[in-house]
Amino acid sequence: MNPDRRQLLRWGAAAAAGAALAPGFRLIELAQARSPQEAASRLQRWGLLIDITKCGECDACVTACGEENGWTGHGRAETDPQWIRTVHLRDRRTGYAQTLPLMCQHCEHPPCVDVCPTGASFKRADGIVLVDKHTCIGCRYCVMACPYGARSFVHEAVSGQKPDVPRGKGTVESCTLCVHRVDRGETPACVEACNRDGGGAMAFGDLNDASSTIHRRLVNEPSSQIRADLALNTGVRYQGL
Amino acid sequence: MRAVAAILAAVLTAAAHADAPRFKIERGEACVLPTAEMRRDHMKVLLRQRDLTMHQGIREPRFSLKNCVDCHASRATGSVLGKDGFCSSCHTYAAVSIDCFECHSPQRRAQAAAKP
Amino acid sequence: MASLHYREIDGRSGAYAALLAALGALVLAGLAAAWTMEHQGHHITGMTNRIVWGLPHVFAVFLIVAASGALNVASIASVFGRELYKPLARLSGLLAVTLLAGGLAVLVLDLGRPERLIVAMTHYNFKSIFAWNIFLYTGFFALVAVYLWTMFERRMNRHSARLGLAAFVWRLVLTTGTGSIFGFLVAREAYDSALLAPLFIVMSFSFGLAIFVLVLMAACRWTGRPLGDAVLERLRKLLGVFAAAVLYFVAVYHLTSLYMTRQHEVERFFLWDGGIYTALFWLGQVLIGGIVPLALLFGTASRRALAAAALAVILGGIAQVYVLIIGGQAYPQLMFPGKDVSSSFFDGVVASYAPSLPEAALAVGGVALALVLTALALKVLPFLPRSLADGELAA
Repeated sequence: MNPDRRQLLRWGAAAAAGAALAPGFRLIELAQARSPQEAASRLQRWGLLIDITKCGECDACVTACGEENGWTGHGRAETDPQWIRTVHLRDRRTGYAQTLPLMCQHCEHPPCVDVCPTGASFKRADGIVLVDKHTCIGCRYCVMACPYGARSFVHEAVSGQKPDVPRGKGTVESCTLCVHRVDRGETPACVEACNRDGGGAMAFGDLNDASSTIHRRLVNEPSSQIRADLALNTGVRYQGL
Repeated sequence: MRAVAAILAAVLTAAAHADAPRFKIERGEACVLPTAEMRRDHMKVLLRQRDLTMHQGIREPRFSLKNCVDCHASRATGSVLGKDGFCSSCHTYAAVSIDCFECHSPQRRAQAAAKP
Repeated sequence: MASLHYREIDGRSGAYAALLAALGALVLAGLAAAWTMEHQGHHITGMTNRIVWGLPHVFAVFLIVAASGALNVASIASVFGRELYKPLARLSGLLAVTLLAGGLAVLVLDLGRPERLIVAMTHYNFKSIFAWNIFLYTGFFALVAVYLWTMFERRMNRHSARLGLAAFVWRLVLTTGTGSIFGFLVAREAYDSALLAPLFIVMSFSFGLAIFVLVLMAACRWTGRPLGDAVLERLRKLLGVFAAAVLYFVAVYHLTSLYMTRQHEVERFFLWDGGIYTALFWLGQVLIGGIVPLALLFGTASRRALAAAALAVILGGIAQVYVLIIGGQAYPQLMFPGKDVSSSFFDGVVASYAPSLPEAALAVGGVALALVLTALALKVLPFLPRSLADGELAA
């Protein structure tokens, strides 16, 4: 190879390495919650592990989510938002009954993100799937596209919003994995409530962090995704399904 | 932008004018940026910070909308909207609609209200 | 074609004014409905969190699909060189534009945040077929406008074949894009099929031509312009072929689905025990939309039969789009195979939907907008030939 080309390759490699080390990209693992001034990082992937054998008849997670995020019903079940709901299953052949909480699965390849025309539905670097309400035009294509029915459309004017959770009429919303709490280093409200008042079925953590409880449990215990056939690689995993 | 700044300047210097927006800045010694800059560019600051927070999760406390509201909310109503609300008084006068508070809470947060 | 063969309609009769007034009233009702929906929120409509796209979307998709098909007649003239269709090309182009305008108006006015249309036109996620559709629809307007200009402006007539080809290809891509809105979705059992795009193409041929035939017959009759049998004969046969093609695609879609055990439940829903959706499928889509038109078109040669067949195709088409869009949403999403599912969010059950007045007003308003724009355009510019009598046509 002639010397000029070699030099160009060296400069190119250096430039690429420099770009990779640009602010926001850390070479060392993030041990704890990042500081507020830092961007979310691809090194982390937030997820939930839910052991539905421990899920009983309570709805602590649903109530906690509603309180934390300020969504309440207007007595109109068909149009009221539900960021999380308990689903009751009964096997058609055997009659075996189960309950599980179902919320946005925070897929690695979210169909809702693919179909959003304005890019309002997006996946943050650390895996949390969110709706940018500033760009959402309320077309509801993402609601059509979600295989889990996780999204709700806000059908009426909203008042009394929680300061940490803006939400308004005419946009689409869903479980944010309590991103405002996660960014402070806390766990989602549903997980906290389940561990405090419920069956202790829910665990939250960084799926990429080998030292985290959730990672170790996923490595050592069986778990599954809902609609694994769609190959969406959900961030929410279930045990006992 | 320049027109807005000009209107605001005219409004605030002509305090005797009946329609002039009346609002009290009730807390803090200074805003996070110089007043002239804020008057001119607050939307740019807000929009930039909005995108950083939303898409990258950067939550610089000084520039969060919650912090703006906490400081600027009226002492009486606890809100930046309403008759003498900080945001609404100028925006109503200048007839520039804002839809931030269709989604964001215009209320001062409880823990901020506790501080003097 | 010499331009003295075309002339604007007089448009000075009381009947014309009454038509404009009636259509205008429907458009205003649609706008009022959109205003109310935007201010109060969608809870006043019948749309819910399970059925997010309702009657307005049914009509919007129908109009958009028909719009691309309405351009067919012009394409046959310009692209395939059939002289007989040339006098019809201008009206065909006009209908393509007005039907699309009507459909898009409904779609935009139903948005949760319609004031954010400017956001939709400046922020694009190019993995979304919706984003592509924004370009396809606006580009279609521009392209057909230029195409019409090449037909109107005598100096530009020699370019109309090229523009016609461009418009033809563009509308195929556009209709593929419209079908893919549903075809790309893995989340619903009734969608997620590559067949939906070509199905929409043949639907567009069929619905667009049916509307074209009715508008042509009405326009000629109400303005006293002769309409010969030669033209209608061709259109009759064409409509029959297209209606049969739609039936074929629907049959293949369902027969293939029936062959797969895992699809048996959803097929049973649509074909047997889906209530309103089954009724609309068999009576609306298949009988009124397919069998009756074929019987009328290949049975009798009368104009009344042709008009009735066109109307039947339109009604059947609306039923078809309703079954696809609403039925597709009503059927529960299958997340847990082999289990009965229930929840507070209506999982596992067929969602119920009843169209509300605002939705109906908006939907009909879109149709009325398309028709009133057509009626106005016919008065302003010479879209309609002075005569389509048998002797006057070139071939």
